[in-house]
Amino acid sequence: MAKYKNHVLVCGGTGCRASQGEEIVQNLNQVIEENGIENDVQVVRTGCFGFCEKGPVVKMVPDNTFYVQVKPEDATEIVKEHLVKGRQVERLLFTDPETKERISESKDMGFYKKQIRIALRNCGFINPENIDEYIAREGYAALGKALTEMKPEEVIKEILDSGLRGRGGGGFPTGLKWELTRKVEADQKYVVCNADEGDPGAFMDRSILEGDPHAVLEAMAINGYCTGASIGLIYIRAEYPLAIERLKIAIEQAREYGLLGKDIMGTGFDFDVEMRYGAGAFVCGEETSLIHSMEGLRGEPTVKPPFPSESGYKGKPTNVNNVETYANIPVILLEGAKWFSSIGTEKSKGTKVFALAGKVNNVGLIEVPMGTTLREVIFDIGGGIKDGKGFKAVQTGGPSGGCLTEKHLDIPIDYDNLLACGSMMGSGGMIVMDEDDCMVSMAKFYLDFTVEESCGKCAPCRIGNKRLYEMLDKITEGKGTEEDLGHLRNLSNVIKDTSLCGLGQTSPNPVLSTMENFWDEYVAHVKEDKCPAGQCKSLMQYVISEETCVGCTLCSRVCPVDAITGDKKAPHIINQETCIKCGACYDKCKFAAISIQ
Amino acid sequence: MSKVKSLADLRKMKDELQSKVHLREQSDNPEKLVQVKVSMATCGIASGAKEIMNYMIDEMDNQAIEALVTQTGCMGFCHAEPTIEVTLPNNAPIVYGHVDQKRAEEIINKYIIRGELVDGIIPVNYETVKENKND
Amino acid sequence: MEIVQLTIDNKKVVVEKGTTILEAAKTIGVDIPTLCHMKLHDTNFENKPGGCRVCVVEVEGRRNLAPACKSECDEGMNINTHSVRVVNARRTVMELILSDHPFDCLVCAKSGDCELQSMAQNLGIREIRYQGEKNKYKSDESPAIIREMEKCIMCRRCETSCNKVQTVGTLSAINRGFESVVAPAFEMDLDHSNCTFCGQCVAVCPTGALTERDSSSKVMDAIVDPTKTVIVNTAPAVRAALGEEFGMEAGTLVTGKMVSALRKLGFDHVFDTDFAADLTIMEEGTELLGRLGKHLAGDKDVKLPILTSCCPGWVNFFEHQFPDMLDIPSTAKSPQQMFGAIAKTYFADQLEKKREEIVVVSVMPCLAKKYECSRDEFKVDGDPDVNLSISTRELAQMIRNANLNFEALEDDDFDQPMGESTGAAVIFGTTGGVIEAAVRTAYEVHTKKSLERLDFEELRGMEGIRSATIDFDGLPVNIGIAHGLGNARKLLEDIRAGKSEFHAIEIMACPGGCIGGGGQPYHHGDVEVLKKRQSAIYQEDKGKVLRKSHENPFIQKLYKEFLGEPCGEKSHELLHTHYYDKKKKTEI
Repeated sequence: MAKYKNHVLVCGGTGCRASQGEEIVQNLNQVIEENGIENDVQVVRTGCFGFCEKGPVVKMVPDNTFYVQVKPEDATEIVKEHLVKGRQVERLLFTDPETKERISESKDMGFYKKQIRIALRNCGFINPENIDEYIAREGYAALGKALTEMKPEEVIKEILDSGLRGRGGGGFPTGLKWELTRKVEADQKYVVCNADEGDPGAFMDRSILEGDPHAVLEAMAINGYCTGASIGLIYIRAEYPLAIERLKIAIEQAREYGLLGKDIMGTGFDFDVEMRYGAGAFVCGEETSLIHSMEGLRGEPTVKPPFPSESGYKGKPTNVNNVETYANIPVILLEGAKWFSSIGTEKSKGTKVFALAGKVNNVGLIEVPMGTTLREVIFDIGGGIKDGKGFKAVQTGGPSGGCLTEKHLDIPIDYDNLLACGSMMGSGGMIVMDEDDCMVSMAKFYLDFTVEESCGKCAPCRIGNKRLYEMLDKITEGKGTEEDLGHLRNLSNVIKDTSLCGLGQTSPNPVLSTMENFWDEYVAHVKEDKCPAGQCKSLMQYVISEETCVGCTLCSRVCPVDAITGDKKAPHIINQETCIKCGACYDKCKFAAISIQ
Repeated sequence: MSKVKSLADLRKMKDELQSKVHLREQSDNPEKLVQVKVSMATCGIASGAKEIMNYMIDEMDNQAIEALVTQTGCMGFCHAEPTIEVTLPNNAPIVYGHVDQKRAEEIINKYIIRGELVDGIIPVNYETVKENKND
Repeated sequence: MEIVQLTIDNKKVVVEKGTTILEAAKTIGVDIPTLCHMKLHDTNFENKPGGCRVCVVEVEGRRNLAPACKSECDEGMNINTHSVRVVNARRTVMELILSDHPFDCLVCAKSGDCELQSMAQNLGIREIRYQGEKNKYKSDESPAIIREMEKCIMCRRCETSCNKVQTVGTLSAINRGFESVVAPAFEMDLDHSNCTFCGQCVAVCPTGALTERDSSSKVMDAIVDPTKTVIVNTAPAVRAALGEEFGMEAGTLVTGKMVSALRKLGFDHVFDTDFAADLTIMEEGTELLGRLGKHLAGDKDVKLPILTSCCPGWVNFFEHQFPDMLDIPSTAKSPQQMFGAIAKTYFADQLEKKREEIVVVSVMPCLAKKYECSRDEFKVDGDPDVNLSISTRELAQMIRNANLNFEALEDDDFDQPMGESTGAAVIFGTTGGVIEAAVRTAYEVHTKKSLERLDFEELRGMEGIRSATIDFDGLPVNIGIAHGLGNARKLLEDIRAGKSEFHAIEIMACPGGCIGGGGQPYHHGDVEVLKKRQSAIYQEDKGKVLRKSHENPFIQKLYKEFLGEPCGEKSHELLHTHYYDKKKKTEI
C-alpha cells in the first residue's frame, strides 16, 4: 500500500460536483502525474464540506489548507505551488469578509469555528465510495459492539439515555420509538430510513448519504438488531441520483464484507437493506404516506393510530427514522450516551444540522450543538447579512415552520424553544431574510409550496391552503381588504385544527407567524396599498421627478412597453397603466430622477 | 477482501486500514503531535530537502512516532538548507539547519524521542516564535 | 371484551374498546355530521378515510380537533361535539368544500337527494367567505354512468366501492393537492376502462359527481312518436324499491301502482321482466342439468361449476378480469335481453309489426343494463333488442314529471302474454334468488318429482359468500352464492386454482343483488333498506300461486308455439350469447 504524504480532499457533494468538482479531480490527478508525485499524493473525493457558498472546496492534508471556489484550471497551480514547492496558493484562500484577511485553515474560519460535527463527522473527510476508509474511522464498530457485547434492550437504553430525538422534524425520542417497535410481536418487522427530504432548501440528508452512506446502513442494522427486523428499506427520492449511487455502492461493499447479509460478524444476526425510490412528494416525508408509497399506493397519509411501530409497511411493525437521526447512532454507541447528552440543552441533546440559506454571506450546511443561538448561527457562522443589509427574519422548519425575528435571535435553538416561539425545528431548513423581503410575499411563497405538495386527501388542506394562497396573492396584488385579514387568520387556525396530517397541521404557520410578528406590514398592504419592503410590484410605482429629469430620453428608449413619453430636453412621464415595473428605466437613469413610490 | 467474521476481525481490519485516514485525522489535531515542517523552496529542494522529508517520514513511521510532517515554503535560512522546524507538543518550535540524513537521525533519536537538544539550532527571531505560538 | 368509559357532551358513555367516537356518540343519540364516512353493516363496505373533516370534535387535552369517524374512544375521554371551536371549524371546512363546487344545485340530478346539499342546509351556510378558483375536469359520459367531477368532494366512497368491495380497480384518486380527483387511470373515459358499470360508485356518491345516464326523455320521445309501439318491462327489484322515491316505507311492494303509473305514462304494453326471468330459468336450468349430466358421465370437455349470467355487471367483470374462463358462465342471456329478443320476434309477429316499429324499454334497478342493451351482439341489423334501459330512479322522475300522485294510484295488472310470471322469477331481485329459482325447476325436471318444500332458506341471507348442498333425490348438488364482485372474485380464483367444489354458482355484482343495484333509490348508508326490500321480494314470491318457472303457462305456450325445446335450436339463436376477452381492450 502506497504511503501518501499528502491527501487532497475534493468535495464530491452534489453542489460542488455541479460546479466542476469532477473536472478538478481529473485535472489534479493529471498534473500530479505530470509532476511525478503520484506516489506521494492521493486525491480523494469526499462528501460535502458544508461550505457551499464558497464551493468547490479543496482541502490539503496534512497542513489543512482550505481552498475555496476552486476552478479546474487552478489544479496546476495547486500542484506546482502547494504540493511541489510547499507554498500556499494565496488567492484561493478564504477571505474573512470583515477583516479582509486571508485564512488558510478551516478551523480558523467563522463558518467552522462554532460547529461540532457528529452527524457530518465523515462528510468531507472520507471517500464515501470506499468502505475501508469508513472502517478506518471505527465504522461498523458500533454495530459489532451492539451485536457482540450488548443486548437489544441495552442498546435501546443507551439511545434513550443519550436523549437523541428525531431529526426529521417531529423530535420524538428515538429510543422510545425503537422500544415501541421492539415490543410488538410479529413474524417480520422492517427498518425504514426516511430519505425523502422535501423542505425547500434543506439538503442535510442528501449530504449525509453522499458523504457517509455507511453510517446510515450501520445504524439501520443496529436498529434491526434492537427491534427484531431483518429487512431495512431506504425510501429516497429519485432526484438524488448521487446519493442513490453512493448508497448502492455502500450496500454492495457492506455485503461483500459480510456487514450486511446473513450471520453478520458471526453473531447469527441477519440484516439486509433495499432501496425504494420516491417521486419527490413532500407529503411522503410523513411516515404513513411514505409507507403507502413504498407499498405502491397513492402517497397519502392515514390517521394515526395505528402508528407504524404497530402496523407499518405491509401491516408489519416498522421503525421509521430519518437519515440524520441514524447518522448519530453509531457515534452514540461508541462514545456513550453520557458523552452525547453532555452536548446540547436540557431537553434537546447533541447537535443539529441546518441548511443555512437566504440572505446570509455564508450559505451552506452546518452542524451546531443544540442551544446555539440564532444570532451565532446567522452572524458568526453565516457571516451576517449579505450586502450589509439589515436582518429582518429567519424562517426555520421549512414551509411548516414559522418566521422568527430580531427578538428571537438570542434564544438557544432547540425543539421546545422553537415551538414556544411559534416555529419548529423541522428538518433544519433556515432561510434568512433581510429588510428588502416582504413578509406577505414570504408567506405566499411557502403557501405556493404547500398547495403544490398537499396530497389532496383532506378538505382543509386541499382547498384551504389554496384559498390561503389566493388571499395572500390578492393582498400582494393590492386588492386585499381588512376583512381578508380576519378571514386569513380564521382559515389558518381551522386548517391547523382540522387537517389530517402534519402537512396541513403546520402549513398555515408561515401565515400566522408573519401576521404575529409583522402585522403592520399586512395592514400596510390592505389599508395603505403599500408594501413596506418594496417587493410587491403591484403596490409600487416608478415616478420621474419633474425637477431632476433633464429629458435625455434614455429611459423612454429602454422601456420595453413604451410607457415613458416626453420631448427631448423636457421632463418625461411614466404611464402607470402601461408600466410593467421592470425597473429598466430606474437602472438606466443617470440623474437619479426616477424614484420608487 | 475477505468477510468480517467477528468484532475482533473488524478491529484488526480497522488497525490495518488506519493508515488510510491517519494523515487526515492527525492533521485535525496537530497540537498533540510532533510536528515537523520541512522548508521546501527552490533552495531547500536543491540541497536535498525532499530526501530529508522522506527520510523523516519513513524513520518516524518505523519507530512508530506519531508525527505530522508537512512541507512549507522558504523559511528564509537559505544559508542553512535543508532547514526543518520541529515542534514537540507543548514546546516552542525549534529550527535546525543543514539537516542531512545523519543530523535527521540525531534529531529523531535525541530531540524528538528524548527531548535533548542537538546541534544545528538556528536562532530564530522573535516574530517567528510568536507567529508559531499563535498557530 | 374491554370496556371504556368516556363523556360525550356531558353524558357518560360506556362502549367497547375500539369503538369510534362517531359510533359511541350515536349510542346516546348524538349524530355527528359526516360527509365521507359510510359503513354498510353486513357488507364489507366501510369508507372512513378521515378526509372531509366535517366530523371533527373537541377532545379535552388534545392539541387539535379529532375526526370522530376515525378516532377510537379512550378511557376517560371528555368530548365536546358542538363547542364554538368545533362548529366554527365544521362550518369553515364546509365553506371550503362548497367554494370548490359548482352552484348548479337547481338543475343537478342529485338535487334533493344530495348529502352535500343537506349538510349545507343543516349547518345553515348562507355565504362562502373563502372564494377562489374552482376545479374544471372534462366530463365523462359512458353509456351507463356520467362523471361530473367538478362535483366530487373527494369522499372516496366510490373508490372504496370500486376497489375494496368490488375489486374492480377502475377508480382511484389521481393528481395532487387542489387538483386531486377520483378517476380511472390516466383520466381515461369509463367506457375505455375496465369499468363494469355495476353502478356501486353511483349508489354511494354523496353528490351529483356520479350519476346515471338519463334516458327518460328519450323514452318520452318514443311514447309520443305515433309510428312506434312502446313496450315496457320492469325488473323484479324495482317494485320493491320504487315506493321509497315517493316517501313510502322501504320494503313496500308497489307492483300494482307501478303498472298503473306506466300505463298512465303512455306505454302501449306494460310487461314484466319476470316473464323473461322464468324463461331464463328454463334455459339456464336446462343448461345446468345438461352440463351436470355430461360432467358426471365423465365428459372432460364439460366444465363445472356453471355460473349464472343474468347480471351484466358480473358479465363485464369476468370479461375483463377472467378472460381465461369465458367458457364457464352459462350462455343464457339475461332476462332483459331475453325479453327484448322475444318481444321483437314472437310478440312483434303477434302485433304484426316490424321490429323497427317497436321500442322496448326496460325499467331496471341497474346501470349496467344500460350498457348491456347497447352491446352489438344484442342488435339485429343495428336495431337493439332493448332500445332503452332506465333505472328505478329515472322511472320515479318520469312519474313525478307526469304529476301523478303515486301513492293514490289504483293497483293495476300487467298485460299478457309477457306479463305473466311465477314467484321464482320475482326472487331474481335478491341475492340467492336466481339459483333458488333454478333449483325449483331443475329439481323437478331432473327427478321428475314434485318439490315439497319451495323455500330454500339455506340459499337466502346477506352473507357475502354462501353455500349449500341440495339433495336432488340422491344427487347432492353443491351450490355457491356470491354477491358483490369482491366476493365473486374469491370464488372465481378458487375455480381457477381448481379448488372449487361447486356445481353451480350464482353471482350478482351488487351487494344484496338487484335490490341493492346502482339504479335503485339511494340508501344513504342504511343497509336496513336493502333488507326490507329483500323481504318484500320473498313476500311477493310467497303470495304467488305459481312459484316454479316451468309452470308459467305463457312460458309453456311460448315453447310450444315458437321456441320448441329449452336449449333447442331457436332458443340458441334468440336466447343465448357469447363472451369476449376485454382485457386486451383495456391493456395499455
